[in-house]
Amino acid sequence: MVQVRDVTKVYVRGSQRVEVLHGISLDIPRGDFVALMGPSGSGKTTLLNLIGGLDQPTSGELVVAGRRIDQLSGNALAHWRSENVGFIFQFYNLMPVLTAADNIELPLLLTRLPAAQRRRNVEIVLEIVGLADRARHRPNELSGGQEQRVAIARAIVSDPQILVCDEPTGDLDRTTADEILKLLQTLNRDHGKTIVMVTHDPKAAEYAARTVHLDKGLLA
Amino acid sequence: MTRVGFVLANLFRRKTRGTLTLLSVVSAFLLFGLLQAVHVLFNAGVDFVGAARIVTQARVSFTSSLPLRLLPEIAAIPGVSQVMHETWFGGVWQTNTPLTTFATVPEQLHAVYPEWVMPEAQWRAFAATRTGIIVGRQVAAQFGWKVGQKIPLASNIYPRRDGSKAWAFDLVGIFDGKDDNWQRQTTQEFINYGYFDEENQFGRGNVNIYVEKLSPSADPAAVARTIDARFENSADETKTQTERAFNVGFVKQIGDIGLIVRWILSAVFFTLLLVVGNTMAQSVRERIPELAVLKTLGFTDASVLGFVIAEAAAFCLIGGLIGLGLATGVGALVERKLGGFLPIQVDVGVWATGIAAMLAMSLAVGILPALRAKRLNIVDALAGR
Repeated sequence: MVQVRDVTKVYVRGSQRVEVLHGISLDIPRGDFVALMGPSGSGKTTLLNLIGGLDQPTSGELVVAGRRIDQLSGNALAHWRSENVGFIFQFYNLMPVLTAADNIELPLLLTRLPAAQRRRNVEIVLEIVGLADRARHRPNELSGGQEQRVAIARAIVSDPQILVCDEPTGDLDRTTADEILKLLQTLNRDHGKTIVMVTHDPKAAEYAARTVHLDKGLLA
Repeated sequence: MTRVGFVLANLFRRKTRGTLTLLSVVSAFLLFGLLQAVHVLFNAGVDFVGAARIVTQARVSFTSSLPLRLLPEIAAIPGVSQVMHETWFGGVWQTNTPLTTFATVPEQLHAVYPEWVMPEAQWRAFAATRTGIIVGRQVAAQFGWKVGQKIPLASNIYPRRDGSKAWAFDLVGIFDGKDDNWQRQTTQEFINYGYFDEENQFGRGNVNIYVEKLSPSADPAAVARTIDARFENSADETKTQTERAFNVGFVKQIGDIGLIVRWILSAVFFTLLLVVGNTMAQSVRERIPELAVLKTLGFTDASVLGFVIAEAAAFCLIGGLIGLGLATGVGALVERKLGGFLPIQVDVGVWATGIAAMLAMSLAVGILPALRAKRLNIVDALAGR
């Protein structure tokens, strides 16, 4: 599903040139659940952003879901993301002006699905994440765990092949975090989603099928 | 949910700010609609179609007088069925209440303006009483005047032969209008020209304007041209136009209306640009992470740019259309109130100009925030950089 080949990433901030990833190579097969761990500044979020097509490597090859995404232009990459990747963030990043259902429907506006079908898909994923009764609630009317469930529903509503999660439980208490991680496990096991998750939390990493460690831009 | 629904949901993310911004757009376009209607009215060409009366004034200005001896010559022009003349008297009631009084010949007024309705006995009294004055129903009601009453008026323009500014008139009639429109114009008075001309200190034998009532088959434009041609290259050159054009010219005395309108509108729209532009800039600045999420989900740079422009357009179009709607209503109300004296019509042309202004303003206020949103780097924006 994911093939990372000798990927480097260099950021230029003013006159500073910072090399964050130093020739990383990594394979993640379809249906895998990988936890990326490492200290702050090790490059795990940068690697996650590259796999999710949010950023481009400075050099190297990046094949995700069968496409050389390091060669895609801005618009093509945006289109590719909409079809292949679901994103889950630490702070949920829901639209505060929209209800849970509307937040979940947002990615479907990029498809040609008719409104009725979009609504049906939203109902299905709300059932999956256990929030069918919260469809009309706005984010500020939901708990942190519920917000993250809405974010997960938004990530899976267009049925992407891969989910990239950046500290998905970093803002949650232990119990809620466990619920979210179990949900991710279910999506991986029962729905076949390939999951790449960045986390600092060793307990969270235990829910993954395997853990990859990064340190100073290299696989440890 | 639709893309339009998403744009509308974002408009009022901060209800107070959104409402105030919308109100400022509504106010601006209300003002725009009314001023543009005035501008159109004051810049319209003279349209003679359907005119039943035309007005002749001195070519230079209606404040210059024309000699009374032109009357028989004008009356003899084919197409003119009746002629009357009017001279501005003005008059001040009590200390400082200015009136709209004209000196005229009662029989001529009665013949040329059948729209003024008054008992025949009062018309006869007006003709027979040299010091007679007739007043509109609204004037009589305002001051509580009754027929038979003495009406002392002062004139700052026309002192009497003895040097006094005090004129005294006998109220011999109260006229009304034949319909709603004319009833709303009963805010003027008429005095007897014979008395006025004899008694005033200077300018004897002169009038301000002639009003020609046309025969039904007459071509108003042709009659107007004939009248003006008749006095061309004489000492008393004339300018003949419709009543409406004359009324507009009367109001134009206060200055260059077009220039005034342009200045006011420029100030209004400049302020509006700052208000809506600031709202849009704030709105985008607050939503950097949300815009980055949109891009993360797969919305292209152009889509995000479109969302922001659409928000600006929604503000301008919703507020602008409400404003123009109100202007249309207020314009109709003012026109009704003035009894058609100044037809301030927020017509299709004003709406078209207004909608063009809304679209131009949407682009002007939306483009910079939209470009900022378009250029957002997802990774930096999500990281709060």
